Amino acid sequence: MGGVTSTQEEGVPAAPPWGAARLHIVTGKGGTGKTTVASALAIGLAAHHHRVLLTEVEGRQGISQTFDVPPLGTEETPVTRVAGGGEIVGLSVEPKAALLEYLQLFYKLGRAGRLLEKFGAIDFATTIAPGVRDVLLIGKIYEANRRRQDGRHKGDSPPAYDSIVLDAPPTGRIGRFLSVNSEVADLARMGPIHSQAESITRLLQSGQTVVHIVTLLEEMPVQETLESIEELGAKGFHPGAIVVNMVREPLFDDAALDQAREGRLHKPSISAQLAEAGVKVTPALVEGLLDEARDHALRVDLEREQLALLESTGLPIVTLPALPGGVDAVAVRELAEVLVAEGMVR
Amino acid sequence: MTPAPTPPVPAPPRLDVDRLIDDPSIGIVVCCGSGGVGKTTTAAALALRAAEAGRKVVVLTIDPARRLAQSLGLTQLDNTPRPVHAIDTSKGGSLDAMMLDMKRTFDEVVIAHSEPEKAEQILANPFYQAVSSSFAGTQEYMAMEKLGQLKASAENWDLIVVDTPPSRSALDFLDAPNRLGSFLDGRFIRLLTAPAKASGRAGLKVFGMGVQLVSSTMTKILGGQMLSDVQTFVNALDTMFGGFRERADETYRLLSEDGTAFLVVAAPERDALREASFFVDRLEADGMPLAGLVVNRITRVAASGLTPARAQAVAESLEDGAGPRSATNAAGVLRLHASLVRTAERQRELADGFSLGHPGIPVVHVPALGRDVHDLEGLREVGDALSGS
Repeated sequence: MGGVTSTQEEGVPAAPPWGAARLHIVTGKGGTGKTTVASALAIGLAAHHHRVLLTEVEGRQGISQTFDVPPLGTEETPVTRVAGGGEIVGLSVEPKAALLEYLQLFYKLGRAGRLLEKFGAIDFATTIAPGVRDVLLIGKIYEANRRRQDGRHKGDSPPAYDSIVLDAPPTGRIGRFLSVNSEVADLARMGPIHSQAESITRLLQSGQTVVHIVTLLEEMPVQETLESIEELGAKGFHPGAIVVNMVREPLFDDAALDQAREGRLHKPSISAQLAEAGVKVTPALVEGLLDEARDHALRVDLEREQLALLESTGLPIVTLPALPGGVDAVAVRELAEVLVAEGMVR
Repeated sequence: MTPAPTPPVPAPPRLDVDRLIDDPSIGIVVCCGSGGVGKTTTAAALALRAAEAGRKVVVLTIDPARRLAQSLGLTQLDNTPRPVHAIDTSKGGSLDAMMLDMKRTFDEVVIAHSEPEKAEQILANPFYQAVSSSFAGTQEYMAMEKLGQLKASAENWDLIVVDTPPSRSALDFLDAPNRLGSFLDGRFIRLLTAPAKASGRAGLKVFGMGVQLVSSTMTKILGGQMLSDVQTFVNALDTMFGGFRERADETYRLLSEDGTAFLVVAAPERDALREASFFVDRLEADGMPLAGLVVNRITRVAASGLTPARAQAVAESLEDGAGPRSATNAAGVLRLHASLVRTAERQRELADGFSLGHPGIPVVHVPALGRDVHDLEGLREVGDALSGS
């Protein structure tokens, strides 16, 4: 698996195909490590750019857990600094707060805002009215993307953030989540929500936005990845990298894998080697070890089948190693280095 | 070297899945947990095991992987339980399976509870069409609705196994009926329905000045068309709302009765176990009958009596020697063993962490299978693993 670009020289990867992207959307089936990858990507970007906004939209507090910081609120909060002066700012986008902020921004609602809340209209808009919730969530990210360092949304001041990483909803919902335009088009046929949805869609379908998909080499996540790539492409979004997470180092060469699969690993010589190295060898121990090797070989077969499916998409594939100790604030930095080395970040 | 004393985590009681599915007083088993933990597979395996033990079972799945669905004979989303063939019926049991089609379920509710003309009006309303096919919340409502329907036709089945929707949080499933209820009782709905009930502006006066402000603000934000679609929708649904809420409450009650058992499914990972903790706390707070926790896909270790540190050390010494091929293979086998044991140990520690915070909750550890499940034989293996046999 060769990373993002094939023309790597002296450890300096060429720019990835999404070199112009500012907004990186990270999706994947539940349990594949979406949040970890989004966090690692944010670190990798921060090392090269300066300020990165890392956002989540499902209130899971995955970012605060990954970086071991207090739960994120609806205010943009510094999360960590990165060597080289980069900084990651975290935000948990919450639809109610986004709506109230939006109303305040565009309508200067004082009393009406409170009344809307009191009458349950805010609840309605954010939980029941279909599509509106998603427009609000992405709308907040759209706003952050346009914001300048002076806090305004136009003018010559440099952008407030150099990159934005979104820990997005899982593959099962990502197509719908990003299709805010068609979601609300039938409902809000005019008005500010409608035009907001159109501007958002322009951003999401432009070269500024790329959607990365995280998967494991297992059947269900790979299946969902393939379906997602097709759906995203058909809807006009740009799939970026497939990030294959938790990949284990090969322990055997192909010949040994064949033997392991068929239970032909040579027992006497393995027993002899073990005994020579001072292990108390019992038949049950050797049988057990060979059993484990057989399971492993079958697993490797399955993983190779799945990898071939992913490769058939033609998208760049980035692999992240399985970390024996699980993921913590230190490990996520190691993963960021791998992402940089594999050319996912310029 | 003497082994370090193990921390005093009292062993949790073992979750006895077979006793659960053999208990005739249990009529509903709900499998819940965060996404990607093997909830659907667990539900299907449990249903199959119960059926082959002699119960008449229906399993309601929400979004099964294609091959799992095929293994149950579910080739289409037709919202009707279909018999699963090729199961062992020698003990007199049976198995039906269905996939939830939320839009169809919603349509059926509308048709069953409104006059034909009104039903047509609702089904054609753009707002209804969006609500009924939108993911956010509708799936949870409709899973509850379908569960209620299946229970009402209980003569066909004596056990319903339910897989819960892949919500962002496992809690959404429980909250759906209440959220629907409070929404329907809410002032906003009354605000939307009032102008049509009373005629014109006179109706608005009931609520005073605030209403106009809210109404005009909503129009400004959402656009007049959407608001009027919502109004039409709400008015059309008005007659069936009462029944809607009643059934949601009824299903919630059903779930809190002793005849129901909740199984929380988690992968042996930090995030999944944290979600499981929240869910268990919530079930207890709501007085819901919790059967226990299934820690799914624990790494399988086949060889015993060799510590990972020792295996690792021997592997290194074997590789140092630039020895024969069998030495390389032996080293590979040992490294594999070391990593399996370490992973399994970490997984058990995480599961113990759960038990420490929730003493007394029965737990079963289910070893991982070599391959993903896509046939009945695979489901039987999962069933065996669930019951510890």
